[in-house]
Amino acid sequence: MIRESERTLSQARERQVVDAGDYYIGILRAGETLRITDLEGNQAADTLFYNAADPAERYSATDTICQQGNVYLGAGSVLISSRGNPMLDVVADTCGRHDTVGGACASESNTVRYDLARRCMHSCRDSWMLAIAEHEEYGLDKRDITHNINFFMNVPITADGGLQFADGISAPGKYVELTARMDVIVLMSNCPQLNNPCNGYNPTPVELAVWDH
Amino acid sequence: MNALLYEYTMPGGHHWSLRMRRGNLLRLTDVAGGANVGMLCYNPENLLERYNAPDTLKAQHTFRLGLGNCLYSDMGRSMASIIEDSHGWHDTVCGNLSKRQCREQYGHHSYQTHRNGWTLSGEESFLVELGKYGLGERDMAANVNFFSKVISDDNGKLHYDDSACQAGAQVTLRFDMDALVLLHSCPHPLNRASEYPRRRVQVQLLTGDPISDGDVCLNHRPENRRALENNRLYYQDARPSFLVDGGQHDSGK
Ligand SMILES: [Zn+2]
Repeated sequence: MIRESERTLSQARERQVVDAGDYYIGILRAGETLRITDLEGNQAADTLFYNAADPAERYSATDTICQQGNVYLGAGSVLISSRGNPMLDVVADTCGRHDTVGGACASESNTVRYDLARRCMHSCRDSWMLAIAEHEEYGLDKRDITHNINFFMNVPITADGGLQFADGISAPGKYVELTARMDVIVLMSNCPQLNNPCNGYNPTPVELAVWDH
Repeated sequence: MNALLYEYTMPGGHHWSLRMRRGNLLRLTDVAGGANVGMLCYNPENLLERYNAPDTLKAQHTFRLGLGNCLYSDMGRSMASIIEDSHGWHDTVCGNLSKRQCREQYGHHSYQTHRNGWTLSGEESFLVELGKYGLGERDMAANVNFFSKVISDDNGKLHYDDSACQAGAQVTLRFDMDALVLLHSCPHPLNRASEYPRRRVQVQLLTGDPISDGDVCLNHRPENRRALENNRLYYQDARPSFLVDGGQHDSGK
């Protein structure tokens, strides 16, 4: 479902471009809204959320999927925490569908998915590892690196139980907007994956914008 | 030749953990039908390596688990392989019945009123077992739900098929790594039963056979062959016969 936002970028309190292969870590306060824009299209923003007051409570893909009875995320989805609490609402979305089943790329899983020799390629989990090492103030470690959301990624599931990494349904300028219901840590890897057709083998930047209300 | 090492029947709503030795088999049987078995796996030598549902699904291009699938760790290795399966569809995206949902759906249970008939949620059951190894809430990952069939329609809407699980359904895992295995026999979170379903599950441990050229999991997908090669690197085994013609070809694209 497409739902456009009424927010204007000129009123955002903060705007930041995250290049492909970079990470973002920061706090979004309760009531604030984050927009992620897919600047050039078919990118994947691999994102995790934690309760900023107690990161042991975090985004839970399984609880979110079960509670909404649906595997895809989009406008109207409520992101549920590991303790069953609403963390963020997806308030606008011009892409239509986001994945939360497929997880993030990692150099180790790249060896399995593509070729044993691709261990050296950059990956989302490596970006997260660097993020948590360079930002000890958030108190995160490897056990906190869990099952994430892939914004803008299209991973269709079939009735007979198949799963495909399909050509992206995103396009330049498509965005998703989330309003926080609690103070959350946002940990994002803008995916550097070069082996997957879903980004046309060309990872590109995303833009983050934050509104106070 | 698979020798039976141990056998135990878990009542419904119970939990257990055990260390599986590499090469041995774990066979689960839904004794009366309608069971759900939650399972999580950790590497006992490095508890930060654990079963990873997203990697398992995407590497094998599947939404469900069944015969031929390997269960991947987050480190690109196969923790276990499904070498026999009469059920054909096991869920690994729906997680656990939470404490909150358990109370809302099945009512308040306590030891004081129910004695040994007291049943916990899957979430609490895993927390109990995790604690025994110094693990906790932060270590909880998406688990497997054996014997639970969850279908997605084209719009992603989920349907829990409670007619799928027949008495006698069986699944056998060969462990490709030593593994700390956490099990519970609590209901699936999408089970809409009004009374807590107590379905017992037979757990058998058996000796296994070495992986052969014709192994169903090895040959299921080229990814599995590469994952098992990563296992070989971890254990630094001599090169097994199944890799003589190369584990490095076929990019899978
Ligand atoms: Zn990635």
